[in-house]
Amino acid sequence: MSVYLDYAATTPLRKEVFECYVEHLQTLGNPSSVHSSGQVVRRALEEARESLAHSVDCNRSEVIFTAGGTESDNLAIKGLFWQRVAEDSIRTVIISAATEHHASIDPMEWLEKHDGAEILWLPVNDQGIVDLAFLEQYLDSNHSKVALINLMWANNETGVITDIAKVVSLAKTFEIPVHSDAIAAFGHIPISFTDSGLASMSISAHKIGGPVGAGALIVSRATKLVSIIHGGGQERGMRSGTMNAPVAKAFALAAELAIAELSKEHSRLETLRDKLVQGVKEITPLARHTAELSPRMPHNAHFTFDGCSGDSLLFLLDQQGVCVSVGSACQAGVNGPSHVLVAMGRTDKQANGCIRMTLGLQSTEADVDAFLNALPKALDGALRAGMTG
Amino acid sequence: MKVLAAMSGGVDSAVAAARAVEAGHEVVGVHLALSRMPGTLRTGSRGCCTIEDSMDAQRAANVIGIPYYVWDFSERFKLEVVDDFINEYQAGRTPNPCMRCNERIKFAALLEKGLALGFDAVCTGHYASILTDDEGNLELHRSMALAKDQSYVLGVLTADQLKHSMFPLGHTASKDLIRAEAAERGLSVAAKPDSYDICFIPEGDTQDWLADRLGNTTGEIVDMQGNVLGEHKGAHGFTVGQRKGLQLGKPAVDGKPRYVLAVDVNTNKVVVGPQQALAVVELVGNKFTWCGKAYDNPEEFFAAHVQVRAHGEQVACQVAIVDGKMVIRCDEPIYGVAPGQTAVIYLGTRVLAQTTIDHTVSAVDSFSTASASISSSLDGAV
Repeated sequence: MSVYLDYAATTPLRKEVFECYVEHLQTLGNPSSVHSSGQVVRRALEEARESLAHSVDCNRSEVIFTAGGTESDNLAIKGLFWQRVAEDSIRTVIISAATEHHASIDPMEWLEKHDGAEILWLPVNDQGIVDLAFLEQYLDSNHSKVALINLMWANNETGVITDIAKVVSLAKTFEIPVHSDAIAAFGHIPISFTDSGLASMSISAHKIGGPVGAGALIVSRATKLVSIIHGGGQERGMRSGTMNAPVAKAFALAAELAIAELSKEHSRLETLRDKLVQGVKEITPLARHTAELSPRMPHNAHFTFDGCSGDSLLFLLDQQGVCVSVGSACQAGVNGPSHVLVAMGRTDKQANGCIRMTLGLQSTEADVDAFLNALPKALDGALRAGMTG
Repeated sequence: MKVLAAMSGGVDSAVAAARAVEAGHEVVGVHLALSRMPGTLRTGSRGCCTIEDSMDAQRAANVIGIPYYVWDFSERFKLEVVDDFINEYQAGRTPNPCMRCNERIKFAALLEKGLALGFDAVCTGHYASILTDDEGNLELHRSMALAKDQSYVLGVLTADQLKHSMFPLGHTASKDLIRAEAAERGLSVAAKPDSYDICFIPEGDTQDWLADRLGNTTGEIVDMQGNVLGEHKGAHGFTVGQRKGLQLGKPAVDGKPRYVLAVDVNTNKVVVGPQQALAVVELVGNKFTWCGKAYDNPEEFFAAHVQVRAHGEQVACQVAIVDGKMVIRCDEPIYGVAPGQTAVIYLGTRVLAQTTIDHTVSAVDSFSTASASISSSLDGAV
């Protein structure tokens, strides 16, 4: 039985969510059909929308269901950019940071390459904090050129939390829309979309005990964006395609359960995480705890180990039945240096030697102990293997 | 034994890994990521560097039932193989990148990492055999499938590396048998095409690829007397022995084709001449390694065979270590040997040693009438 410390990658499907999902998979009907079968499924879909809106604290019509977080980020970034440029062609600047997830970075770079966007990468300090003073200064003199600001709520690798309230307050003066990828944050720390003042926000089900392939983009009623998928005009015309009621139901239930347990889980996981961090520090002086001085997610522990490669550490921990994560895995499964750590000023070599442990609903003290027991042997082997490769 | 199976995504390494499992070893599959910017799909006859290849390797590992990991060797590969390839061409030499990869990545970086992580051996799908002599020394031999034999590119392995190497395909008579076995094992790579090209040159055009990195500096194409016959767009685009692509307007006086005899990067000149002038009778390598046990008393010339290309013929020769250099005297001339190429020495089917050729001696005395600078080029001082 393996010890799973990679909740930020994906989480186990909750039993209640699984049952809800399966139940709704067996209901016949297309939510867009007018007849009674269609209406039954439409009702389930709209219940899910209302429930998710409650969990996110937004208006129900602000919930746009998508097939996942990456799609949500693409819709927001491209959709907002195209909308803003159509309204005023000089608004071509996207403000963001190099610590963002690739689901954000890649659509921005695509727009830069193919559609005349200019990206302003905000400075990030060694604690993973984006320089908002720089943002303020920039906006003062360049606000008329800005299409949107895109900053994630919490970083998926380091767990560092962005001061979204501050970002929005700076942008509000100039009526610049702000998109935030809240996939790593939602369900783990309190979030109110309405209070945030964001134009849009991405969330995903499988990070909170829901199924893979279920996401949502929360888009404020005041925000217009150009769709990236065209068809039947579902989801406020922003996301055409037959709506997936069983997935929406499962997502909504997972969110409801996560929010109900948030406060209790927050402190439980924080205590476990702190024990893990302390344990690692006691095992080796080589460990560098990432972004220790920053506000961070309660279930995330991130380290670099000088002289070790992440590949070796992951392999040796995996051999002992402990699942952790390194860097940012790309589709070939190649773990290059973490672009997040590089953005925080670490060298490629340092950024290659990181591992991330993330805890969740089923994590126990025994899991943390198992990891701490496996770590010395893994470090020993990884140090011998050095930075080979 | 704990065995690390290097899996390229091709049929050979997949069957090798499966055989290692069947032999009772504890096997972990590992795919070497050699590029930070891998292509999505395999193109042409390249065989290991795309995401598709990595996925093929993973599927094979799944079918065989072994754990699978991707390890990033891209930085080391760039330094040790790609940069070496460029530098060698820049110096007017003709390197063999597969050999460098075996020497410095698969049986060095990967093996070292494997040993540090608790493995005993690296297993690959190379067609070669490891045998044991009467005294228990390990020897590398040609594979039973002579048409596929890859012992040449493994000539760089030392006794210590042989101890930690495993080539389960060496005793199979043909590649067709390997493909049939792969199909029988349910491996979807059974019919995957062989790879021939250099894996890090995506379009397969080495000259264009080198020109992008080394630039094109126009220079002269001259004959052995120094007469200018034409122009070229970069000396690095030429290899000793090359016949095509010279684009000389005038035919030779004797009407016979002309070949590249030497590439002089210092003067940016390419020297061409008749085929006879390519004949070489002696090869000298400043650095050499023994593959397994060293030859007894190598200071005296002994009879052996030499092979200078991966799929070339072997030629009878006399070999000795003279003043710390490996000197190879060919019994009959060999043609088109360029400095930078590797000479592998065989005793029967056994790989005895290898050296990178630094210097060649021409077979044809009559051509020493050529001007001093060109005759020195012909003697391999390029």
